[in-house]
Amino acid sequence: MNSAPAIVVRDLRKQYPQAKANAVDGVSFEVERGGVFGLLGPNGAGKTTTIGILTTAVVPTGGEASIMGFDVVNEQVRVKQRIAVVPQRPNLDRSLLVREILTFHAAYHGVARRERETHADELLRELGLYERRNEKADRYSGGMSQRLMIARALMHKPDVLFLDEPTNNLDPQSRLFLWERIRALNEQGLTILLSTHDMHEADQLCQRIAIMDHGKILVNDTPTELKKLIPGGNSLELHVETADPARLAEQFSALPGVTKVDEEAAAGEDGVRSFHVYASEAQSLVGSAAQTILESGARVRDISVRRATLEEVFIYLTGRHLR
Amino acid sequence: MSESREDSRLHLALNAFRATLHRDLVVTGREFVQFLVQALMQPLFFLFIFGKVLPGIGLAAQGFTALLLPGIVALSSMLASLQGVTLPLVLDLGFAREIDDRLLAPQPAWMVSLEKLLIATVRGTIAGLTIFPVGWLILGSSFSVRTDRLPTLALMILLTAATGAVIGLLMGTVIKPEQISLMFTLIFTPLIFTGCTYYPWARLNILWFKIVTLFNPLTYCSEGLRYAMVPPFHGHEIDTLGIGWVIVALLFGIGLCGFAGTRAFLKRVVS
Repeated sequence: MNSAPAIVVRDLRKQYPQAKANAVDGVSFEVERGGVFGLLGPNGAGKTTTIGILTTAVVPTGGEASIMGFDVVNEQVRVKQRIAVVPQRPNLDRSLLVREILTFHAAYHGVARRERETHADELLRELGLYERRNEKADRYSGGMSQRLMIARALMHKPDVLFLDEPTNNLDPQSRLFLWERIRALNEQGLTILLSTHDMHEADQLCQRIAIMDHGKILVNDTPTELKKLIPGGNSLELHVETADPARLAEQFSALPGVTKVDEEAAAGEDGVRSFHVYASEAQSLVGSAAQTILESGARVRDISVRRATLEEVFIYLTGRHLR
Repeated sequence: MSESREDSRLHLALNAFRATLHRDLVVTGREFVQFLVQALMQPLFFLFIFGKVLPGIGLAAQGFTALLLPGIVALSSMLASLQGVTLPLVLDLGFAREIDDRLLAPQPAWMVSLEKLLIATVRGTIAGLTIFPVGWLILGSSFSVRTDRLPTLALMILLTAATGAVIGLLMGTVIKPEQISLMFTLIFTPLIFTGCTYYPWARLNILWFKIVTLFNPLTYCSEGLRYAMVPPFHGHEIDTLGIGWVIVALLFGIGLCGFAGTRAFLKRVVS
């Protein structure tokens, strides 16, 4: 059995015509066989373009990428044979019945008739769609469409499954169901690459995570290691009633060991600002931070020490501004 | 793992192509009545008004019906294949993206567009053929088609349907969803009325218009079908564009539009 990585990406670049910056700008990573790899990043970070290149829908302008040893540009037919894609938005064939969506997909991939009939029924039962197999997909809810797209993806027994922001528009039940399915599929040996901006999702599912922004990978590590990126692994959150938040932020920055201070209006509290103070030893700053606030004449509403979540790592690395 | 893993790329691609074609045949079969209504409604009325009513009240010359019928076959066949590609493709590439599943099948993307052309040609051919029984029913005794040029007739229907398909592919990939209604007016109306469907080219007496019609592929289809269908009138063959030129022009047009359409298609699906 070959143990080479399932996905290899080397210095991948994509510049769209008329675009000033590269959508993907020198990205490199590997995904082991049987791994679950998360591409995390804000909207427009280059996740979908990266997935597009790996799934042959986008031609890179530089670098190289391969799936199961096959080059995504020069060996497209071989690549397509081994991958499956669950896209962001439903793209189900609305001219066909649900069951036919599965059987025709398998037929496109050369699966023999008897095998595709049996496999379709198995998957429809497993995903709770069997009762409504003879309907058209446009009568399906968002969650059902998602399940159907997963069933479709599995019909030709791919080696690598791409999920592009799979739980974006799902209700909590569907999301939990999907997570369970993803774990189960991975246990069966399927390599999975998923993109998301849901940190909790990435934390739950991925063995490795690459955080992308502006077409570049900022970090690529396990969720546990990523959380250590925030100095001390935690931060101080302070809610303060103050007239001069900028000055206060400056004073927090001057406290020993502080690496970064973020400041914003506290949700639901008029005139209250919320400060995130990142430091190597955040809990030891509680006293001095409180004192700083009192001396400045402001009033403390709340102080708490927070453990780093992936979301904080993400914000720490990519900043707070809107895309 | 299934054995297909080891199959040659050609085998994989041909298989995907065949399955895609099968899918389209199933869908076409299921929507057949709808397809027929769509393809036949307009020609049916045209035949009735221009071929039956107007000659009946003396507003159209005798023999006009025989000249009109080939034009209607050409128009129906071309529009059926053209519409079979354009509208679905505009919607699909614009937002539905249902085509993605076929693009992700183990076949090169150009085979997906080739399959679209093939199925559209089939649809156009069926639409063209159905005009004959319908025309026979509507026109009754004034229905007349010569039977000594059947191979040419078959070839002409096929070429007409294929021409519609390549134009449809080009339009379908170039037009954006929000431009559909405007483009249909801008393209269809001139296409229909400058295509020699309702009049033979040789009889046109406005020179500039005669030249304009030569830029419309439908002119060649109508004229070629006229050559293959209209019986001699009082012992005289009717004047049409030379059948050799018609076939050459159509083959050239199909090649050109097919190439441009496929390129445009690839640009849309692979960025």
